[in-house]
Amino acid sequence: MNIIVCIKQVPDTAEIRINPETNTLMREGVPSIINPFDLHAIEAAIQIREQHGGKVVVLTMGPPQAETSLREAISMGADEAVLLSDRAFAGSDTWATSYTLAQAIKKLGADIVFCGKQAIDGDTAQVGPETAEFLNIPHISYIRKIEEVKDDYIKVERLMDEGYDIVESTLPVLLTVVRELNQPRMPSLKGKMAAKKAEIKKMGMADIEADENSLGLKGSPTQVKNIFAPEVKAERKIIEGTPDEQVDILIKELKEIRCL
Amino acid sequence: MPVIVQVEKCSGCETCLDSCPFDAIEFKDGKAYINEYCNACMSCLAGCPEGAIIETEKSVQRSAFSNQLKDYKDVMVFAEQKDGKVVSVSYELLGVGRRLSDELGANLLAALFGAGEPEAQELIRWGADKVLLCSDSALEQFNDDPYSEVLAKIINEYKPSIVLAGATPVGRSFIPRVAARLRTGLTADCTSLEIDKETKNLLQVRPAFGGNIMATILCPDYRPQMATVRPRVMKKGEYHADRTGEIININIGNAVSRTRVLDFIKEVSGVSVNLHEADIIVAGGRGIGGEKGYKMLEELAEALGGAVGASRAAVDEGWIPYSHQVGQTGKTVNPKVYFACGISGAVQHLVGMQSSDIIIAINKNPEAPIFNVATYGIVGDMFEIIPLLTRKIREVKNL
Ligand SMILES: Cc1cc2nc3c(=O)[nH]c(=O)nc-3n(C[C@H](O)[C@H](O)[C@H](O)COP(=O)(O)OP(=O)(O)OC[C@H]3O[C@@H](n4cnc5c(N)ncnc54)[C@H](O)[C@@H]3O)c2cc1C
Ligand SMILES: Nc1ncnc2c1ncn2[C@@H]1O[C@H](COP(=O)(O)O)[C@@H](O)[C@H]1O
Repeated sequence: MNIIVCIKQVPDTAEIRINPETNTLMREGVPSIINPFDLHAIEAAIQIREQHGGKVVVLTMGPPQAETSLREAISMGADEAVLLSDRAFAGSDTWATSYTLAQAIKKLGADIVFCGKQAIDGDTAQVGPETAEFLNIPHISYIRKIEEVKDDYIKVERLMDEGYDIVESTLPVLLTVVRELNQPRMPSLKGKMAAKKAEIKKMGMADIEADENSLGLKGSPTQVKNIFAPEVKAERKIIEGTPDEQVDILIKELKEIRCL
Repeated sequence: MPVIVQVEKCSGCETCLDSCPFDAIEFKDGKAYINEYCNACMSCLAGCPEGAIIETEKSVQRSAFSNQLKDYKDVMVFAEQKDGKVVSVSYELLGVGRRLSDELGANLLAALFGAGEPEAQELIRWGADKVLLCSDSALEQFNDDPYSEVLAKIINEYKPSIVLAGATPVGRSFIPRVAARLRTGLTADCTSLEIDKETKNLLQVRPAFGGNIMATILCPDYRPQMATVRPRVMKKGEYHADRTGEIININIGNAVSRTRVLDFIKEVSGVSVNLHEADIIVAGGRGIGGEKGYKMLEELAEALGGAVGASRAAVDEGWIPYSHQVGQTGKTVNPKVYFACGISGAVQHLVGMQSSDIIIAINKNPEAPIFNVATYGIVGDMFEIIPLLTRKIREVKNL
């Protein structure tokens, strides 16, 4: 079983603050991490390999420093790592990112492709399904459990609003995963050694036979026009008094807003 | 590179670093350079005191497609249904869709799959001019393959300029596939949609970086301009019982699917977990202390007719199932009233709930950041406040 896991290196958004004076992001010292959902994708891939054999390849598109995230994935137990990096990829929106990832996946070959549900910087949840479309394979989003895997068949649980669907698909397939799926393992000592030594395969525009007009900013249908700080709500009221009084005031307010 | 640094002008002051939301500026040998993370947002242009950063590619006409743009006119809404009933986000989309199409002087189309004529009529009363109805039983249940196939086909035929869909598990799953197939842009989770007065392009505003910043996105050179909108972000349109419109039946032929839904398992829970639909959410965090605290929240939610939400801490402790989690790695909700009980207000939680109309925070620590977003704050012990509140609400409502 050939499994590819698409991972993204993202800034830890928990650490990002807005500078209230300049309205810009303060990101000094903000650490880069593997997108949290992608850790669950890596774990799922390793578990399938442990049961069915094969290999787990982690793939990322990003600048050269994204290599750190690939090594981290290897320390968790991934077998190989591929860094898709080229100046021509800069400015990619989800369409161009997915196209680029798909071109690489076609070269590498996969029975199962894993993605996180979404990346915490962009929060779009679009790259998974779009990549599947470019690969012309089916996809299932929001996987919370993998029930059965065979050579050409998979059965999973897909999280929906009020419960979950049980969905089956032929292979190859692309799956996007949610946190509930598993608990990502910590890197082992052996894994850390492997990560140090591992050779990271690098691929650029020429290696994936991509159409230049579909890459990077040029290939991206969407454009970021501008960026601004969200407004903060001004009104706020602290309700004082004994618990009894506090509750009475709150009930009065709730009546006023017709919540009661 | 869409943006470049004129090296001879760069003084190496590093002022530009903070202006970039994407980590795309680096320093090498004392000079700035733009790396592959660049999203071409142009924030850094003003961020350089020397004016050393300039734009390179934007003026270039980027799409061979641009002479066909004018063929795309109308606004189309994907009207999602569940069990044959149109879900409420669809009516919200018709609300925005109506406004946008009026501004463009165009028609509002609704695509409805797997439901019948009565539902199509409802869509017209909620604002649609035409409903493209595909009542084939193969589309009653959601499946990515046939849904993508049929929607892409309809879009190619009717050529809308704008396509809107709900950012529900269904919309978020198959709409990206459609956008990829049509070679066009898709903007996720828009919180505001406006028409640019001059260019008539759609201005799509959405949060990014866990809600820390907002971005305006355009799709100027490709059509349709596609966007998803989370439930409850937009207001429903006006309902007119006597509105008339056209229903066009669409034949899909033989829809094939590589995936198949075998079963839907409804998650059993005392109160509803459909946080997207709830008007009132009572959410608990680590402060609830255990399953007993959860019971207390359930009772309040029940008295109010609301749903129960949770912080990740409460979920990780195993007190509340994951399906209730609100926040960056949980659900994004938009109720009229959100009770945050024993929740400190970490940003990852805030991004999931801070657009609620009214936020009521109950926390014993007056310094808790949740009070910064709260409309009403009560500093106190929730084990005292909540049972009292529940009792008094029951009295008011005669329960
Ligand atoms: C990548 C990432 C993603 C994350 N995603 C999410 C997410 O989706 N959702 C989410 O919620 N979190 C998320 N988190 C976690 C988040 O950072 C916080 O750890 C979490 O929200 C804290 O939950 P809490 O407020 O319930 O707990 P705490 O921070 O421990 O706060 C408990 C609060 O309860 C108060 N309290 C205690 N007892 C009482 C009492 N008797 N009466 C009144 N008040 C009381 C305390 O004063 C305190 O303020 C994420 C973190 C990371 C790194
Ligand atoms: N640059 C990238 N390289 C590799 N995988 C990515 C990249 N961007 C997104 N992904 C994958 O797509 C998922 C969804 O990302 P997004 O659509 O940006 O929210 C992530 O969890 C990753 O698995």
